Amino acid sequence: MSGHPSTYEPKTAFTRWLDSRLPIVRLGYDSFVDYPTPRNLNYWWTFGAILSLCLGVQIATGVVLAMHYTANAGLAFNSVEHIMRDVQYGWLIRYIHANGASMFFIAVYIHMFRGLYYGSYKAPREILWILGCVIYLLMMATAFMGYVLPWGQMSFHGAVVITNLFGALPIVGQAITTWLWGGFAVDNPTLNRFFSLHYLLPFMIAGVVILHIWALHVAGQNNPTGVEPKSKADTVPFTPYATIKDGFAVSVFLILFAIFVFYMPNALGHADNYIPADPLVTPAHIVPEWYFLPFYAILRAVPDKLMGVLAMFGAIACLFALPWLDTSKVRSMRYRPTAKLYFLIFVVACCILGLCGAKLPDDPVIPGLKTFTLIDSDLNSFVWLSRIAALYYFGFFLVILPILGLVEKTLPVPDSIAKPALSHPAHAPAEATASPETKG
Amino acid sequence: MLRKFSIIAAVAGLLVATAAPALAAGHPEEPKKVDWSFNGPFGKFDQAQLQRGYKVYREVCSACHAASLLSFRNLGDKNGPFYDAKYPNSNNNPYVKAIAAEYQVSSIDEETGDTVQRPATSADRFPSPFPNEYAARASNGGALPPDLSVLAKAREGGPDYIYSLLTGYHEAPAGLTIDPTKHYNPYFPGDLSSAWSGDPKHVPHGGVIGMPPPLADDRVTYDDGTKATLDQEAKDVSAFLMWAAEPKMIERKEMGFSVLIYLLLMSGLLYASYRTVWRNESH
Repeated sequence: MSGHPSTYEPKTAFTRWLDSRLPIVRLGYDSFVDYPTPRNLNYWWTFGAILSLCLGVQIATGVVLAMHYTANAGLAFNSVEHIMRDVQYGWLIRYIHANGASMFFIAVYIHMFRGLYYGSYKAPREILWILGCVIYLLMMATAFMGYVLPWGQMSFHGAVVITNLFGALPIVGQAITTWLWGGFAVDNPTLNRFFSLHYLLPFMIAGVVILHIWALHVAGQNNPTGVEPKSKADTVPFTPYATIKDGFAVSVFLILFAIFVFYMPNALGHADNYIPADPLVTPAHIVPEWYFLPFYAILRAVPDKLMGVLAMFGAIACLFALPWLDTSKVRSMRYRPTAKLYFLIFVVACCILGLCGAKLPDDPVIPGLKTFTLIDSDLNSFVWLSRIAALYYFGFFLVILPILGLVEKTLPVPDSIAKPALSHPAHAPAEATASPETKG
Repeated sequence: MLRKFSIIAAVAGLLVATAAPALAAGHPEEPKKVDWSFNGPFGKFDQAQLQRGYKVYREVCSACHAASLLSFRNLGDKNGPFYDAKYPNSNNNPYVKAIAAEYQVSSIDEETGDTVQRPATSADRFPSPFPNEYAARASNGGALPPDLSVLAKAREGGPDYIYSLLTGYHEAPAGLTIDPTKHYNPYFPGDLSSAWSGDPKHVPHGGVIGMPPPLADDRVTYDDGTKATLDQEAKDVSAFLMWAAEPKMIERKEMGFSVLIYLLLMSGLLYASYRTVWRNESH
């Protein structure tokens, strides 16, 4: 898994014996101790470790919660309250698990934006990036099904809305929703299968994470310059250099995590989910968890249901195609000033989409201002704001990145990580960008 | 590096801001902010207030509302209304036992198999006022009084909302036609536009609630001599309901303080180690 020649030497008789039978210590040593890491990695690169921790925390707390939870439509809500009231430190375990999901998504979004900015999806890391996208998809499925389990009002009606999306597909739609529900409505069979899958998927995530790390260690880590390490001077051993930096970042991240768990444990949730599910009473506003809001906004931006569903899935499909959409030879946007600008607008567009997802589509963005109605809504409305932002989202992937790579003027890329470009003023941009892909 | 962390913080902050749920159409009045004793990272429940709140709950609310997730023993749990350090096991707390014994609960006679009534014990749940939802609706003009166990977490605004609702009843504004068995309350969510005959741009805030104003001055007599004004009763019962919904809140905040101190120290140590490890490496 390490992708570089092994330097492990077993020191004791036992480790020599073990090494010739199952070189697991060698694997660990080569992957997480001796593994050469670019020396210029910044704090944006610590989110891999943070995400591993998030996954571990979610699995550990989840296994304990499953010991006390009852997956039955009549009992689920009260079993969660039983955890909160009667299980020793149940409140702590549940709040860590519930807020842990949000922390996981905060970290994964930062991790993805980092990959996007520094071009970590470009050759030879396409598979690495796609595996990451697979993990993200699995995370979304897991989080969605997990939110259904407390069987509160938002759980139930959220499940109805999301599963109904598949009903928009022509011909097979109805059959798929019936199959998902295990009946003709969201009910006990739905809850049972969601619980089963919610327990299964994290282990699938863990499996894909292993592939993700494997692919990472074969291609080697990208770095802020986007230039591959060429010599030993460009790298440092993973331990202690990267481990200590990751450890510090994880600790700081845990502070944010702890503030949510101990002081605002319900801030990221929705009050309606403390009302037991009632199929006959629909909440005034069905809002998904914050991490789905940008996609929810894209869904609602399109007036047609089927097209909305396709746009929402298309937004994720763009991520999978990204390695082939970006035509630039320069990896890091540090040397792509124009791309950097478009990237920043992209981040803002994603946040605007998130905001639009939380608001009512017809509510005005600027209160009290009435402009004119276009198609179905006033121009000063969140639905129109989400349309503009969604257009930019797709434009960024499908128009800007493909064309920009061919026409933009890039800055000189350094020769190597250890020798930044500034110490080589003789290098012309064209010359410098000609061979940034050479692997060291 | 500080700059980078401020960026992380800004991103996280923005994500939190975007998560703020949308306000309902027909926008009810913003709940009044109350300076609760349990507000803030070091806030604690005021035990005397919880006891008064329990009295309001028992003598007024529990006539129609269930609180089925609570057991009598919870009243004697740490940070609860009748906690006594002498009785770490709240089942043994004599005050809790006495409160429970005031209620009759149905049980099965093990000799005959008949349903019998017996006095409740501290292990029993709070009995519900109605045998089922239909009985509850039949006695309340078709409206279902919600279970109060987690109500303070199940409403936007929590205890502020409950307090505002209880003290917020007033005459329906002229131009609003409402069912004479219902009551106008500006804090209750709803949409009044169809019942409003005035300017459609100025539909009154709030909604129509089935519950008549439950509290008034001197609705209860407090044992500790506190003057039982409407405002006082509403505050006390809202605090009690916050405790009922989140009985581990104080334990949580206390643990959070230790955890944060630990994490800050650990982060400091890790940062120092990081600087030491990297001191001879350029990066």
